[in-house]
Amino acid sequence: MISAILLGFLFAILLVFAGKFFKGKFAVLSALIPLGLFVYFLQFIPEIMEGNIVKESYNWVPSFGVNLGFTLDGLSLLFCLMITGIGFLVFAYTSAYLHHHKYLDRFYGYLSVFMAAMLGLVLSDNVISLFTFWELTSISSFFLIGFNNTQEASRKSALTALGITGLGGMFLLAGVIVLGNITGTFSIAEMLNMSPELIKGHEYYTVAVILLFGAAFTKSAQFPFHFWLPGAMKAPTPVSTYLHSATMVKAGIYLVMRFTPVLGGEEIWNTTLIVVGAVTMLYSAFHSLFRTDLKGVLAYSTISALGILMFLIGMGTTESFTAAAVFIIVHALYKATLFLTTGIIDHQTGTRDVTVLSGLRKVLMPVGIAAIIAAISSAGIPPTIGFLGKELTYEATMHAPIIATILVVGIVITKILLLWAGFVAGIKPFQGSLPDSLKDTKMPGPLMWVPPILLAVLSLVFGIMPFIIEGSLIKPVVSALGGESGEIHLALWHGFNTVFILSLVTIAVGTTLYFLLKPSAKLETAVGKLEAASPKSLMEKFNIGFTYLSSFWTRVFQNGYLRNYVFIIIFFLIGMVGYTMIGNTKFNIDPSILSNVSFYELVVFIIMCIAILFTVFTSSRLSAVVAMGVVGLTICLVFVFYSAPDLAMTQFSIDTLTVILFVLVLYRLPRYLKIQDHKMRIRDGILSLMFGGLIAVLALEVLSEPVNTEIGDFYAENSYIMAHGKNVVNVILVDFRGADTMIEISVLTIAAIGVFGLLKLRLKRTDRVQ
Amino acid sequence: MKTIILRTASNYLLPVLLLFSIFILLRGHYLPGGGFVGGLIAAIAFVLHSFANGLKNTKSLLRFHPGFLMPAGLALSFFSGLSPIIFAGDPFMTGLWYHGHVPVLGSVGSALFFDMGVYLVVVGVTLTIIFTISEAP
Repeated sequence: MISAILLGFLFAILLVFAGKFFKGKFAVLSALIPLGLFVYFLQFIPEIMEGNIVKESYNWVPSFGVNLGFTLDGLSLLFCLMITGIGFLVFAYTSAYLHHHKYLDRFYGYLSVFMAAMLGLVLSDNVISLFTFWELTSISSFFLIGFNNTQEASRKSALTALGITGLGGMFLLAGVIVLGNITGTFSIAEMLNMSPELIKGHEYYTVAVILLFGAAFTKSAQFPFHFWLPGAMKAPTPVSTYLHSATMVKAGIYLVMRFTPVLGGEEIWNTTLIVVGAVTMLYSAFHSLFRTDLKGVLAYSTISALGILMFLIGMGTTESFTAAAVFIIVHALYKATLFLTTGIIDHQTGTRDVTVLSGLRKVLMPVGIAAIIAAISSAGIPPTIGFLGKELTYEATMHAPIIATILVVGIVITKILLLWAGFVAGIKPFQGSLPDSLKDTKMPGPLMWVPPILLAVLSLVFGIMPFIIEGSLIKPVVSALGGESGEIHLALWHGFNTVFILSLVTIAVGTTLYFLLKPSAKLETAVGKLEAASPKSLMEKFNIGFTYLSSFWTRVFQNGYLRNYVFIIIFFLIGMVGYTMIGNTKFNIDPSILSNVSFYELVVFIIMCIAILFTVFTSSRLSAVVAMGVVGLTICLVFVFYSAPDLAMTQFSIDTLTVILFVLVLYRLPRYLKIQDHKMRIRDGILSLMFGGLIAVLALEVLSEPVNTEIGDFYAENSYIMAHGKNVVNVILVDFRGADTMIEISVLTIAAIGVFGLLKLRLKRTDRVQ
Repeated sequence: MKTIILRTASNYLLPVLLLFSIFILLRGHYLPGGGFVGGLIAAIAFVLHSFANGLKNTKSLLRFHPGFLMPAGLALSFFSGLSPIIFAGDPFMTGLWYHGHVPVLGSVGSALFFDMGVYLVVVGVTLTIIFTISEAP
């Protein structure tokens, strides 16, 4: 399994070197990767059908309990098949859609990293590795959404998507850590084996649930975090197809499904999911009425479908789990088809404006067939699988644990609106007469129109023969969610009952609505006025405010004057250390343990005082520096007196070099100017005295504390035995704590490169950014 | 500071100081000293030479930019840390020792090479910073 995940990453690395090959004629060969993975995952079906779970585990960071564990159960398998199956079609489609694009190789690189990350996400058993893959999907989708990086709108929506899903990633990390603390394990399988009362009765249960919801709702574009998804439509259409039909946005759904058996069943879990799901599905289904861009219609209907899924999972019954599992397949099939046909329309005609497009059946017949089947499936008209999905959804909603009647009304309205959206995206462009401007539209190559046809045919096949997916996919998913898979029986015809009447009402009202209400630019502008109060604008305002705050912060604290930095750092240090020391300082210094002051020490002390006074009051920079050097040397002597020769040697060399450096810098400065006025001098003087006093008190305080000599003794005893060295200081530096030294010399190198870069960088005047 | 006394002295001081710095580096394991101090002393030797003879002469004496010592030193330290993984299967930075007496040095182990890496990095860093600043227009 791990090799299946790594394959995508390896392919992306290969593309760095073999990009030219995959950019040209052989681009379509890259589709072999997802195809191979698809076949690989298909062969697990018999094993999963028997109720087995495939497991693999590798050590990763064993000291923190983080293992690279992978589990393949029904739920993971469903997602894996969607990711690789639709991935295969998208890879093939892209080779024609972005034919000979300059950066096609990069595109494939991002796409395969994304695919690999999604596979890792749905296969991870360890929640930390799940989080890692979750973040990888956010990052790789950022590059995919912003692929047309020369357009500002594209860059902006990529950033929005990254911001929102990145925020979700933070929630997820916090959530899994809380969960890890509650359960004492990072493995989902182990969490499942624990008694549910232990987890649900824990005082942090609610916190964990809220954090996980934060992650799932941002990723799956639930209200009020939904706005990144319509923005992400700026991406090339293959990306939208892949991200929004089967993968990225379903990750949140996956997360909620994965944790349903662990955390689900409580009121807060179910109610939140039902309410958020219901609000999202209605809100965005209504919004899809006001779009004229085909992809805009699809984006809002996608959000609505995600809302339906959250809503179904929230009900927490076997019926609703079945409905959710079927609806995931339904949605993936028809939404991918519609995105692909939209992409073809856009590619061949150059527009996605639904008010302009019509009559395309005359020029794009096969595409039209695929789109119409998808529209029918999305409307839930038999014999497509969409009908099955809708029936199950209604059935489950009618038996909802709370306010069933209201929920049924809500879901029926949503489905009516979604029917409209599906028809607008799938039927409207092909209906009516062909305008002159579109007469020259050419049929694309089979690489583009075969994938949507394949998906549309699957919608039909699964609808007519639902037993294909019943045992192989649906039942294992439901049992992975904790439902009773024995009760499930999928069939197209359910008998003439309430659900069927609701279906008829939906289709009748929806179709009428389609003929009455045409998408128009007027409606779009009308609803645009409400944007000011939408979550998107509120978020934007918040971001602008935050930018102001940070630029204010930067102006005050990062103003580029070294003296201000030093002042602020020391000021805060005094404040914080001083605050801690107030009340904790004992000042019980035992004079008897202090050694007598010798003659040498007195002399050194006097020299030091004179040098300090000289530094402060001299009017020449050079003499100030030299006086500072004298202070440094006297400190060296103090080290020598107190038997720290290593320190003294180092201090001596450093001091010499510091003086040299100072002189080199001062040499270039203008003549001595008095930049400080009297007040500043007093201010700086007070600060320095306070700081010195603080350090002195601190040093004396250390003396009066009982000293723990354990560590020192350890080093002293073991330095010769274990490290063959007699100089303990040096042994610590190069052996016991050698890793620290390694990092320190790396930091030194970075500093030197920084100095070199800053001083040697001489940009041409034209290259300078104002 | 191009006095003839300093210039003459510096020509003799440079090798002596360099030798001294290596001496400090090598004795570090038993007595005060070590790679860090040794590196600083070596750097001071070159700085002194450049003061007396001019930066150009020091640079031509060095033949290559001192900045190249940094990656070399880092690599040496890093590989001495890696050596236990490669040769003994022990964790990173475990001390490896040659069990036998080596004249002058005493005992030789991976820690010595680590310290040499530190020495090179310190010389490289110090000289890069000082040379860059003194060259700045």
